[in-house]
Amino acid sequence: MDFDTLIQLLDSTVRLATPLLLACLAGLFSERAGIFDIGLEGKMLAAAFFSAALAAMTGSVWLGLLAGIGASLVLSALHGVASITFRGNQLISGVAINFLAAGMTVLIAQDWFRQGGRTPSLMGGARFEPVTLPGAEAMADVPFLGPIYAELISGHSILVYMAFAAVPLTWWILFRTRFGLRLRAVGENPAAVDTAGVSVVGLRFAAVGICGVLCGLAGAYLSTALQAGFVKDMSAGRGFIALAALIFAKWRPWYALWATLLFGLFGALETRPDVIEAVIGIKVQSALLGALPYVMTVIILAGFVGKAIPPRAGGEPYVKER
Amino acid sequence: MDVMPKWAEVILVPLISLLLAAFISALVILAIGEDPIAAAALMIEGALGSVRGWGYTLYYATNFIFTGLAVSVAFHARLFNIGGEGQAMLGGLGVAYALLYIAWPHWSIGLIAATAMAALFGAAWAAIPAYLQAKRGSHIVITTIMFNFIASALLIYLINEFLKPVGQSDPSSARFAEHLDLPTLNSVLTGMGIKASKDDSVNVTFLIALACAVGVWVLMWKTRLGYEIRAFGHSEQGAKYAGINPVKITVITMIISGGLAGLMAINTVMGESEKLILNSTEGAGFIGIAVALMGRSHPLGVVIAAILFGFLYQGGAEIALWTSIPRELIVVIQALVILFTGALDNMVRMPLERIFLAVRRNKAAGPAE
Repeated sequence: MDFDTLIQLLDSTVRLATPLLLACLAGLFSERAGIFDIGLEGKMLAAAFFSAALAAMTGSVWLGLLAGIGASLVLSALHGVASITFRGNQLISGVAINFLAAGMTVLIAQDWFRQGGRTPSLMGGARFEPVTLPGAEAMADVPFLGPIYAELISGHSILVYMAFAAVPLTWWILFRTRFGLRLRAVGENPAAVDTAGVSVVGLRFAAVGICGVLCGLAGAYLSTALQAGFVKDMSAGRGFIALAALIFAKWRPWYALWATLLFGLFGALETRPDVIEAVIGIKVQSALLGALPYVMTVIILAGFVGKAIPPRAGGEPYVKER
Repeated sequence: MDVMPKWAEVILVPLISLLLAAFISALVILAIGEDPIAAAALMIEGALGSVRGWGYTLYYATNFIFTGLAVSVAFHARLFNIGGEGQAMLGGLGVAYALLYIAWPHWSIGLIAATAMAALFGAAWAAIPAYLQAKRGSHIVITTIMFNFIASALLIYLINEFLKPVGQSDPSSARFAEHLDLPTLNSVLTGMGIKASKDDSVNVTFLIALACAVGVWVLMWKTRLGYEIRAFGHSEQGAKYAGINPVKITVITMIISGGLAGLMAINTVMGESEKLILNSTEGAGFIGIAVALMGRSHPLGVVIAAILFGFLYQGGAEIALWTSIPRELIVVIQALVILFTGALDNMVRMPLERIFLAVRRNKAAGPAE
């Protein structure tokens, strides 16, 4: 494998890791606050549709992004009402949200655009264009570092840079602010937080809300940056890979970055079987490669390689002492 | 004492949830500019108005009985088996292995072999997450989700590399021998001189599904094992104290659950497609969740809910054919049923409980006056 191929491969790794990273951080906020969320997939899908739809209608990708975040927040609110207010089963609520998004997006797409459950292709200002970082063109001819900067680091959409910036930001919020401390506490021991006079319900809704915003970004990225428009079921299990990455990352922001980059690399390799064959000399079925994130997560979960311990109060509705 | 009488718990709560789901579905249909009443009429006509409609309604219902029972058995042990989809895929693989390589003399013997293999493969696929949950503490919901994806990848790999006949481009196995086709309702009716239709729809598997429902009822409420499963689901600590082995119960429950999900494959793979295709499960594993929730995890409830969902599926296919409402409407209805009967259960229950309490208080106060 030559250097150019490697750069190409890493470049598509970054592209494919971005939605995973955003969704993974979304899940991180929610689960750290004790709310399991297997509805990441559905929220991404809803956001992907509404951002593409609004972008197609208004021609503005930013309005699209807002609509996507809005749609994701509506589903987050539903999850919050079901699992926090009515103390319902968080897993079942997540399953319902996934189906709701899968069905509604196609229904509305068909009603609005009549193109068999897709949006029109997005062009120009209706899409997030690649951002050329300063000096990328000047650097391009420098050996080794030039291509890394011009091809790999520069030339992504703004959402990619936002996703990568969200990692230190998440770390700072969770581990360096009072809000973060309380958010983590409410996922470990909500009774203690309640005793301290802080609202468990409020904190959990805040976490679920942040999760909605991040899923919205992830979904918008899928339909307006990675691809040019919405197609049915376009999230394609990414919400579940993000969930797997979250476990892989042991619910930590920096680990989440590495886990999603790793899973992004698998995704990139899946489209380049020739590269794998050249490197390891065996032909690998791309289907099996696609299953690798799931297999690795099961192994991690089983505790054969390190131990992934979820937040202690995860999945438990909080019932105030009477 | 329970706040609500049993009939309200068993019938009223699911019924109100269902009505809420139906009401919102009607709003959705209105919002996309169609007539909900006409849509409902078309669904009823398409699903229940003809022998053909009934055939497909019951064909889909057969799948949902299996997956609904699978989810409900696990629910009794307070395990959430979200992996019915993957277990059913593996069941299909079992059916294919049972029927492709051995020349069974008659469909009935082939059916026995296919049933055994479907259950075995499905059970094995559920046993791994069960063991990991019981012994290594990995969350069964996450592992069964992961196992769905792994099953799908495994199936693609095996079909493309081994089961696909040489020279065929379609990703499917070879067709099973013709004499192994299961007798369908239509073939029985035609044999009796009634002209039905040529479609392969509901077949003898429906009877196996009903037998499984009875079997699950006997297991859960008439055997020691069923008692242990329910006790474990009620209180893990209590069950341990009573000498019930949690590892054993978790693994056995999931084996039964996975086996039931796997059995779905005899309906789809042996009965309908007559070869192993990539997407024979079509999400039935997930519908099992809705069916189990609506049927309150009781076999009778599961059978009724499964027929209702069979009706929705067949009716939904009809309205997708004749109107501009896409098939995905059923996915929305399914989501709403899961939402209201599962996640928002308390929203329906809490006001009802208040009403029953108020009524009881009035009654108690009445004679004293």
